[in-house]
Amino acid sequence: MSDIAGTRPALRWVVHASVVLLVVLWVFPTLGLLISSFRTGDQIASSGWWRALFPSEQNLTLRAAAPETQVLQDGLYVIEGNIFDGERASDISRWGVNSRAIDAFAPGEKAELRRGGTITVQANGDYRMENTEEFSGKRGPRVFVTTTLPPEFTFENYAHVLFNANSSDSMGKAFFNTLTVTIPATIIPILVAAFAAYALAWMDFPGRALLIAAVVGLLVVPLQLALIPLLKLHLNIGIGKGYLGVWMAHTGFGMPLAIYLLRNYMAGLPRDLIENARVDGATEFQIFTKLILPLSFPALASFAIFQFLWTWNDLLVAKVFLIDASGQTTVMTNRIVELLGTRGGNWEILATAAFVSIAVPLAVFFAMQKYLVRGLLAGSVK
Amino acid sequence: MNPAIQGLLTIVIGVSGCVGYFYLSNQFLDKVLFPARGPNAGRNINCANMIRPWLFLLPAILALGVYLAYPVFETLRLSLTDRVAGGGYEWAGFDNYSQMLAEPKFWEAMRNNMLWLIVVPAMSTGFGLLVAQLTDRIRWGNVAKSLIFMPMAISFVGASVIWKLVYDARPPDQDQIGVLNAIYIFFGGTETHTWLTLPFWNNFFLMIVLVWIQTGFAMVILSAALRGIPEETIEAAILDGANPFQIFFKIKVPQIKTTIMVVWTTITIVVLKVFDIVFAMTNGQWETQVLANYMYDKMFRANDWGVGSASAMVIMLLVTPILIWNVRNARKEMQ
Repeated sequence: MSDIAGTRPALRWVVHASVVLLVVLWVFPTLGLLISSFRTGDQIASSGWWRALFPSEQNLTLRAAAPETQVLQDGLYVIEGNIFDGERASDISRWGVNSRAIDAFAPGEKAELRRGGTITVQANGDYRMENTEEFSGKRGPRVFVTTTLPPEFTFENYAHVLFNANSSDSMGKAFFNTLTVTIPATIIPILVAAFAAYALAWMDFPGRALLIAAVVGLLVVPLQLALIPLLKLHLNIGIGKGYLGVWMAHTGFGMPLAIYLLRNYMAGLPRDLIENARVDGATEFQIFTKLILPLSFPALASFAIFQFLWTWNDLLVAKVFLIDASGQTTVMTNRIVELLGTRGGNWEILATAAFVSIAVPLAVFFAMQKYLVRGLLAGSVK
Repeated sequence: MNPAIQGLLTIVIGVSGCVGYFYLSNQFLDKVLFPARGPNAGRNINCANMIRPWLFLLPAILALGVYLAYPVFETLRLSLTDRVAGGGYEWAGFDNYSQMLAEPKFWEAMRNNMLWLIVVPAMSTGFGLLVAQLTDRIRWGNVAKSLIFMPMAISFVGASVIWKLVYDARPPDQDQIGVLNAIYIFFGGTETHTWLTLPFWNNFFLMIVLVWIQTGFAMVILSAALRGIPEETIEAAILDGANPFQIFFKIKVPQIKTTIMVVWTTITIVVLKVFDIVFAMTNGQWETQVLANYMYDKMFRANDWGVGSASAMVIMLLVTPILIWNVRNARKEMQ
C-alpha cells in the first residue's frame, strides 16, 4: 500500500516514534492529574507526580524509644526495637545520628551516641542501643535514615471529596445537581428536534429551504448573545434562576445542532421505505414513530452524547441561569472554579474534584466513541 | 422539593408533554378539523397535509425563536440603550460602543482574541492533520487516535485544572511539581516561572489548553477525509515517482481542502466563544482578557448590560462571515 512512509523502514520508524511522542504529549497532562488525585497533599507538594510511579529515596527523621524502656542485660543497659515503630517499614540504605551527617553509617555499623552509649541500626530498621550506664533523659535519640519507599497511593482524597458532606470541599451535592441539570436537558431537546427534523426532511411545504438555512445560521450564533436577553426574560416571566430555566436554556441552545444532525440523517434514509408506508395508508405520525425514530437511532445517540457532554461540562449557562446566591444549586464545574480560587495550592483536593467531574464524561466517551465520531462527521457543516 | 425528584418529574412531564402534544394535535387535525371522510375528504386530506408540518415544527421553532433568534435582536437593542435607575431603559445611541472602545481592557481583549483566532485553529488543524496522516495506516492507529481524541470529553474547567498543574511553579531550590518547570530546570533553567503571569506569553499557555482539546476534533474529521481520497490519485503519483511528502502536500491536502476549511471555521467559532478556560485559569488578569470573558465581566461584575451587550454584538459581528458562508454552502448543497 501507499502510505506516506512507503516501504522505507527508516521513515516507517519515524512515523511510529512521532505518533508515540504525540500520544504521550496528549496523555501526560491528564495522567498527571489522575495520579495526583491518589496521592496525599504532602506527597504532591514534595515531589512531582511522575516520581510517584517509582520507588523514591527519602530521608526520614525518626526517634528511638525513650530511656524508660531500657532493660538490664548482662550488666549492659539495652534498648531494642524497630526504628519505624509501626510506620511503613522499608529498607534502610544509610543512616546517621547527627543531623549534619545523616548518611554516616551503613546498616549494621555501630555509632557512638552523643549522650553516651552506642546504637546499631539494621537494614530492616531493628536497632539496639547499649550503654554501660543508665540511659537518661525523657526522649530517645534521633536517628536519620535514608530509605527507599515504594510507591504509595491513597483513596482518602476521594472519600474526603465525595462522602464528607460537612466539608467545604464536598462535591457530592454538586454531582447530583449536575446530574439533575444534564438528564432532562439531554432528553427533551431530542424529542422536540426529532419531530422538526422529520418535517424538514420528508414533508413538503413552502418555506422549508428557508427554515433549514435558518437552522444552519443559528448553529453558529454565539451563546453570549443570548445571556442578557434571556436572563431578563426569565426574571420577567417569573422562572428566575433555577433548574427550569437552565433546562429550557439548554434545550434552546442545543436545538439547532439537534435538528441539523437529525435532519441530515433522516434525509439519507431510503425514499422507498417512506413512500411505501404512505401508500400502505400509514399516517405521518405512525411513519415517524414506527419507522423513522427506530431507524434514526445512531443519529439520536450521536446527538444525545453531544448534548450530554456539553451540558455536563458547561459552566457559563449554569452560572447565568441556575446558580443563585444561596449556593444550593451549584454544579461541579462551578465548584471546581471556586476551589481553584480558595484552595489553589491544595492539589489533592483540586485534582480529585476535577477527576470526579471528568470521570463520567470520560466513561461515556470511551463507551460510545463510535457514535460520537459519527455525529462529528455528520455535524460539521460541509 | 428535592431537585432530583423535580428533575425526574420534569423528564416525565417534558417527555409526555411532547409526545402528548404531537399525538393529540395530529389526532385533532385528522379527526376533528379535517376528517378524511365525508364529501370533502380529498380536500381535507390536502389541508391536513398543509398544516401538519407546522405542527411538527412548532415546538422547535418556538425554542429556536425564543432562545436564539430573539436574543440576537434584543441584544442589539440593549446595546443601544442604557438602564435607568429604578427600572426602564433609555435610548443611548452608540454611547455604549464608544464607552467600550475607549476602554484599554476591550482592546486588550480584541488583541488577544485575534491571537487566539490565528493560533488555535491553525495549530489544532495542523496537529489534527498530522495525527490523521501519521496514524492512517499504522496498526495501533485507532488506539492512538482515541487517546488524542479523549480531551474532547473533558470540560474546559477540568482541562484548566489539568493544565494548571502542568504550569505550577515552586521556588527553584525545591522539587518542581509542574511538568513544564521541571523540564525547564532539567534543561538548565535557573529560575522557575509562573507561566500564567508572564504578560503576552501567558496567552499562548492558555491557547495550548484549547489546542489540546480541539486537535482530537480536527483529527477525526480530517482522518475521515483522508480515507475518502480515491486510491488511484495516490497510486498514479507513486508511479510518477513522487516522494511521500509530495504525495501528502501536493496530492492529499489539495483534495481535502474544503474539509480543512470546515474544520478551521468550526474551531474558529469555538475560539470566539472561549470563556471557561480564561475564566478558570487567569480570569483575564495579567493581560489575558478575551471578549467572552470581558462580556461576562461587564454583565455580572460591573452589572453594565449596555456595554455587555455591545461586546456580545462584537462577537456576533466576528461570527457573521462564517454564518453567511455556512448558510450559502448549505443552500448550495441542497440544490
